[in-house]
Amino acid sequence: MGPDAPVSEPKTPPPVPEATADSTERQAMMALYARATRAELEAAVERFSPLPQVRKLRPPEAGLVMVQGRTGGDGAPFNMGEATVTRAAVQLEGGATGVSYMLGRAPEKAEAAAILDALWQDPALKLAVNDALAPIRRRLAAEEATAAAEAEATKVNFFTMTRGED
Amino acid sequence: MYVAVKGGEAAIRNAHALLAQRRRGDASVPEIGLDQITGQLSLAVDRVMAEGSLYDRELAALAIKQARGDLIEAIFLARAFRTTLPRFGASVPVDTGAMRVRRRISATFKDLPGGQVLGPTFDYTHRLLDERLATQAGDDADRTAAETTTSARPNVPPLPPAGEGWGGGTAPTPDASPAGEIPAPSLPSSDRTRLLPSSTPETEAGNIRLRSGRGFTGARVHTSGEAAEAPAGPMPRVTDLLGDEGLIEPAPADDGTPPRDLTREPLSFPADRPLRLQALARGDEGFLLALGYSTQRGYARTHPFVGEIRFGEVEVSLHAEELGFAVPLGEISVTECQSVNQFKGSATQPPQFTRGYGLVFGQLERKAMSMALVDRSLRFAELGEEKSAPAQDEEFVLSHCDNVQATGFVEHLKLPHYVDFQAELDLIRRMRAEHAAEAEAQAPDVAEAPHKEAAE
Amino acid sequence: MAALAPALSAGFADPVHDAQRAFAALMRAMAEPARLVPLASALAPPAPLSPEMAAAALALLDYETPVYLDATLAAVPDVAAFLRFHTGAPLVTDPAAARFALMGDGAGLPDFARFAQGEPDYPDRSATLIVQVARMDEQSEGALVLEGPGIKGRRTFSAAPLPADFGRRLAANRALYPLGIDLILCAPGLVAGLPRTLAPHTQD
Repeated sequence: MGPDAPVSEPKTPPPVPEATADSTERQAMMALYARATRAELEAAVERFSPLPQVRKLRPPEAGLVMVQGRTGGDGAPFNMGEATVTRAAVQLEGGATGVSYMLGRAPEKAEAAAILDALWQDPALKLAVNDALAPIRRRLAAEEATAAAEAEATKVNFFTMTRGED
Repeated sequence: MYVAVKGGEAAIRNAHALLAQRRRGDASVPEIGLDQITGQLSLAVDRVMAEGSLYDRELAALAIKQARGDLIEAIFLARAFRTTLPRFGASVPVDTGAMRVRRRISATFKDLPGGQVLGPTFDYTHRLLDERLATQAGDDADRTAAETTTSARPNVPPLPPAGEGWGGGTAPTPDASPAGEIPAPSLPSSDRTRLLPSSTPETEAGNIRLRSGRGFTGARVHTSGEAAEAPAGPMPRVTDLLGDEGLIEPAPADDGTPPRDLTREPLSFPADRPLRLQALARGDEGFLLALGYSTQRGYARTHPFVGEIRFGEVEVSLHAEELGFAVPLGEISVTECQSVNQFKGSATQPPQFTRGYGLVFGQLERKAMSMALVDRSLRFAELGEEKSAPAQDEEFVLSHCDNVQATGFVEHLKLPHYVDFQAELDLIRRMRAEHAAEAEAQAPDVAEAPHKEAAE
Repeated sequence: MAALAPALSAGFADPVHDAQRAFAALMRAMAEPARLVPLASALAPPAPLSPEMAAAALALLDYETPVYLDATLAAVPDVAAFLRFHTGAPLVTDPAAARFALMGDGAGLPDFARFAQGEPDYPDRSATLIVQVARMDEQSEGALVLEGPGIKGRRTFSAAPLPADFGRRLAANRALYPLGIDLILCAPGLVAGLPRTLAPHTQD
């Protein structure tokens, strides 16, 4: 875009988000949407049918996020490589604006997540949205338990002859 | 003189059609699916993601299929694709300390908090071709029978359905992994615990326990009696254990400066360490492996130990300007390698261990290790070491580690160079003529005698 | 948590193609300086942000382009919320830190020197000012007579409201070349580019 070449001057990093109880809860919900499947999210949305009119504030859009790591694991950040991301935003008639961002290229899933995010912001629906995600939580917990158990089974237990302590 | 080539269009079209046919191979054999590539050639997918610098398993699988398994060509396709997408921002740096560890080993400490987890590794395999894998799929019953008679395979529950993860894919049913078959370990209770590990009491407790120990020796050793301990609990980094006693340098501090990005500004020298790490993370595995190997063989000797290698999933999050907080995006698989190297000390610093660092997408242990070795050797100036080897030359290393750039420049040689070559040809003819004339002038007797004879 | 306005205006209905159309119009405007280029915008941004300026902003801004709003636009929080939501661009209060500056009030244009002028090695590291005006045309009485690359001979150009010394400012900006700022003017249905290469014709 002509005059709009790479910015080189250091930009101030985004402010550390204030971890309000509400945003922490919302982040936890968003973490679930991101790890759910399209079918799981659409099934969750279905429970709130008929939905109020959904206005697509930002139609689902695929893009990239530059994933950063830290030197030595906990030091200065560096750019590791990009990942595909899909985002969407909707506004429910008479309701809140729902936003979603998630890894992968998944327009329908991103839109379903944005709708759930909007519904969740309605205090009257918060618990119901939370409940609608229970199957996702169960699946993820079971998968994690399996993966953890598989890893655990490969744990090496060394038995030392002398330990020089105790 | 340039001679135009005609008929190229049809020939190119036909060549591409032939390529597509060869790619497909024998039509009587079922076509390979992306799910087969992501599921069964997952380390090839990882390599394409790492060097293509684009985390997307399905795209990487597609690239591998389209490239007929030529991984550098697939990496090229991934790089080309990424240019078509807008960038939404840079993630919050991933926290490898909060990784859900699937493999974690240390070559420096055999007993370390959290234990050594071999995970899915080629280590300790005998490198004998397995005839059973050569048989057609479908005889799962035979496979299972064969495995159960082999005591080497630990008794683990069935694998979770493949294909799901951080992105699209098919939906496994919620009860696909029957909870009843999962053995002993009980996980830190709620989902929230695992989804936001950095804010959970469990994590904090784990860190406190670690920090209060007297370095690694003070920490509890994992014994078989404690095997039921939550395997998903935090695993302290080996470098943190050494750091507690000041035996190892700390990681360079985060002063809030955004790292330079070679995809936004061309690489320029001197490159700082974050920029070097970016170039290495997307660099060619073979090139970095060879350079790392050269440091071990004495070209910039740095006496490395593998302090720790860990592989597993980390959560990625993005600060969304419109929300004012970081949105969790899902998880990616990464491999991290911390190398620990000798350092004699200097006038200002006492002797201590120094570090090299590797972090790559996917399960790419060789790449992460090579990256850590080369990262360390590139730090020679900062550590007051002598420069003596290619692996220390950042301009040499960084300018040549990108295999897309490298293949572009090497492979362009096969494209039409008729004009250039015509010029060279003319030059060589002229030089030969001059050479002959000179020879004639310098040795008139020898040269001219036969001429005269011939003329006569 | 930054609460979103209850009725946030929508962005481009067809993000890729709408952004490309707006970008093409802006590119043409910069290639043919001082020419009035049609820009149809279906956006309904919060006032006083005009649909044309909103289209230019959505096409040009992203998270890597710090943006400065003049007092007229900064006075309405919905404008900032709209831009932040649809572009992700960080809003800055220091004009020198901005890659783009959105000017709701053409008559009150600040001194160009307050914006990034670029560096000798990187003249592109300069600001682009996007300015809203009520009208633009090519033959008004008292129009500027402009010349420079992209103009065959000379071109007359007039827009209002703009500062009385606008022509002198363009000349001063031209004198800094290759440094300096670029201007994009937006009027209803139109955009025009006034890049740093442009100068008022001086009588000879």
